Amino acid sequence: MANVKVLVAKPGLDGHDRGAKVVARALRDAGFEVIYTGIRLTPEQIAEAALQDDVNVVALSLLSGAHNTLFPKVVELLKEKGLNDVLVIGGGVIPDADIPGLKAAGVAEVFTPGTPTGNIVEFINANVK
Amino acid sequence: MANETLKAGFDKYMASVDAKLDKNPERANLEPKRLYTPLDVEGFDYETKLGLPGEYPFTRGVQPTMYRGRFWTMRMYAGFSTAEESNKRYRYLLANGGSGLSCAFDLPTQIGYDSTDAMAEGEVGKVGVAIDSLADMEILFDGIQLDQVSTSMTINAPASVLLAMYIAVAEKQGVGADKLRGTIQNDILKEYAARGTYIFPPAPSMRLITNIFEYCAKNVPLWNTISISGYHIREAGSTASQEIAFTIADGIAYVEAAVKAGMDVDEFAGRLSFFWNAHNNVLEEVAKFRASRRVWAKVMKERFNAQKAKSQMLRVHTQTAGSMLTAQQPNNNIVRVALQTAAAVMGGTQSLHTNSKDEALALPTTESVTIALRTQQIVAYESGLADTVDPLGGSYYVEALTDKIEAEAWEYIQKIDEIGGAPEAIAKGYIQKEIQDSAYKWQMDIEKGNRIIVGVNKFQQDEEPPTNLLRVDGSVGKLQADKIAALKARRDNAQVESTLAALEKACGEPESTNLMPFILDCVRAYATEGEICGVMRKVFGEYKSNVAL
Repeated sequence: MANVKVLVAKPGLDGHDRGAKVVARALRDAGFEVIYTGIRLTPEQIAEAALQDDVNVVALSLLSGAHNTLFPKVVELLKEKGLNDVLVIGGGVIPDADIPGLKAAGVAEVFTPGTPTGNIVEFINANVK
Repeated sequence: MANETLKAGFDKYMASVDAKLDKNPERANLEPKRLYTPLDVEGFDYETKLGLPGEYPFTRGVQPTMYRGRFWTMRMYAGFSTAEESNKRYRYLLANGGSGLSCAFDLPTQIGYDSTDAMAEGEVGKVGVAIDSLADMEILFDGIQLDQVSTSMTINAPASVLLAMYIAVAEKQGVGADKLRGTIQNDILKEYAARGTYIFPPAPSMRLITNIFEYCAKNVPLWNTISISGYHIREAGSTASQEIAFTIADGIAYVEAAVKAGMDVDEFAGRLSFFWNAHNNVLEEVAKFRASRRVWAKVMKERFNAQKAKSQMLRVHTQTAGSMLTAQQPNNNIVRVALQTAAAVMGGTQSLHTNSKDEALALPTTESVTIALRTQQIVAYESGLADTVDPLGGSYYVEALTDKIEAEAWEYIQKIDEIGGAPEAIAKGYIQKEIQDSAYKWQMDIEKGNRIIVGVNKFQQDEEPPTNLLRVDGSVGKLQADKIAALKARRDNAQVESTLAALEKACGEPESTNLMPFILDCVRAYATEGEICGVMRKVFGEYKSNVAL
C-alpha cells in the first residue's frame, strides 16, 4: 500500500523515547511516512495531530504504567474526531494482563519489549485501512 | 622477554592461527583482538596512567583502600504509590542491610505538577512516589532519622524544591542541615538530551543549579549537589565511550556555570558526583569506570585548575542497566544483574543500585527487590572481587581498553568544545543524534543476529505470562487529591501566598539572588510543589524540545 502515514507519539509524562525513536526510524526505513511528535503529549494533542496530518496509523509508546488510562483515551478522542479508520497500536512496558483490556478499548495490537521491528511493519501492512 | 622477541613470537602465533582459520574459524563480529600482550601497552607509564588508589589520576579508585575498609553503599532505588507505601519499602530495605535510601518520584513530581493537575492524569504514583507537599515528605521519612541515613533523590528540574522539603523534614526532626548526607540528581542537561523531565529553559535551569551549589556549600556541606548522569544517556542507547564523554561534557558545563557565577572551583567541586550505568559487557564496563576517573581528574586539574584532590575525584553511583533486562525468561535477569554488579564493583563504584528481575514488566515486588539486594551482598561477601583494590589493573586487555575508551571520550569532548559546549551541542541536537544512531545500530544488530540476547533472539522458549507482578493501585490519584484538599483547608493560606509572591519576585531578580531560601520558605508554609513550580514556570517559561529523528 502506497503512502502509509504513521504518527509515533508518546502520551503522558514519560520521557523514555528510545523505543519510540527506534520504531519510528525502522518504520521510515520500511517505506512508511513517519511523524514523531516528541515526548509529553496529551491524548488531545495526539488526536489533533492525527487529524491535522491525516495519518493512517497512530503508534503509542509508554513506559510509565499509565497506558490503561492514556491509550484508551487516545482511541476515544480519535473516534470523536471521526477518525474511525485510524489503526492504533501501542508498545512499551505493558504487562500481558493489561493487553486484553487495551484491545477491547480499541488498541489493535500491543508490542512488548523484545519485539523485532519487522513484526510491527508486518502488522501495519496487514491491518492498515 | 624483550619486546622484539615477544613481537616475533606474537607474529608467529598470529600467522599460525590465521593459517588454520578455515579449519578452526573464530566467531564473527568479535570486537576485541584475539589476544592482548605487553605489546598493546607499550610505553605504558604506570605512574602517569594509573598511580595509586586515592591519588591523581585516580584510575585505580578514589579511596586508598577501596572496599577493604567498607563496601560500597548498597542503595536500592525505590518509591511507588503514596508516601505511606514507600515509607514501608524504605524501612524494609534498611532493615535488610540496605545502607542508604534512594527515592524514586512519580512523573508529576519530577515535572513539577501536583497530583491534581490535568497533566498528571494516569501517572500519579506510577513510576515512583507522589509528593505534593512537605506533608507527604514528612510521611515518606517517618521513623527514619535523617542524620542516620544518606538519601539519594532522583529529581532534576524541581531538585531545589525537593531538597528544601528534605531540609524542612530534618528541621522538624531537630536535625540540622549541616548533618544531612545524600544526593540530588539535579542534572538538567541530560534531561534535555536523554531523559525528558525538564521544565524550564536552559538559562534559568542552570541558575537554579548554581544557586543550589552555592547554598549547599554554605548550609548543607555534606550534600552531593548534583549527580551528573551518564546512566540515562546509556539507557537511551549510547555506547560506553559516549556515556562518559557526553556526561563529562555536561560536567564541564556545570563547572563553567558555577565559576562564571563567581564561585571558586574548590569550593563546590568536591560535592559533584557522577552516575554510571553497569551494562552487559563486563570488561568494557570496568575499563569505562577507570577511564572516566582519569578523564575527569585531568579536566579538573588541567582545565579548571582545581587544587584539592577531592575536586579532581570522580565519585560515582551506579545502577545496573535497566534496558538490558528482558521481558522473556525474566529469571535470567538475575544472572545479568550479578554480572553487571561484578563490573561495577571491579570498576570501583561508591554506591550501587541493582535492578530486579521483573523490571522489564513492571515495578519490582518486594521478593524480587530482595534478590537484587542479596546479589550485591553475595558479590561483596562471597566473590572476593572486593578484597583488593582495582583487581583488573594491569590486565593487558583492560588497560588497552581503558586507553581506547579514554581516547574516544576525549575525541567527543573536543568535538563538543568545538560546537560550543554541551548546552549548545544539545540545542543543536548533536548529542541526541549520536545517541539515537547508536540505539538504532544496537537494535538492528539484534534483528540481524549480529548480537545475541539470550531468550530474545536465541534460546527462546514458550512461556506462561508472568504472575505476581506489582500493581500500583489506580486510586492513588484520588488519595493524593484528597490529601491536597485537606492540606489547603488547614494551612495558613495567607502565608502561602506571601511566600510564593516573594519567590516570584526573587525569580525576576538577577541570578546572584539565590532562590533556595525563598523556596524553603514556601515549602515550610506547605505550598504545594505545583504551586512553587507554577510560580517559576510563570517567570521562567517552559522548555520546548525540538525533535529530530
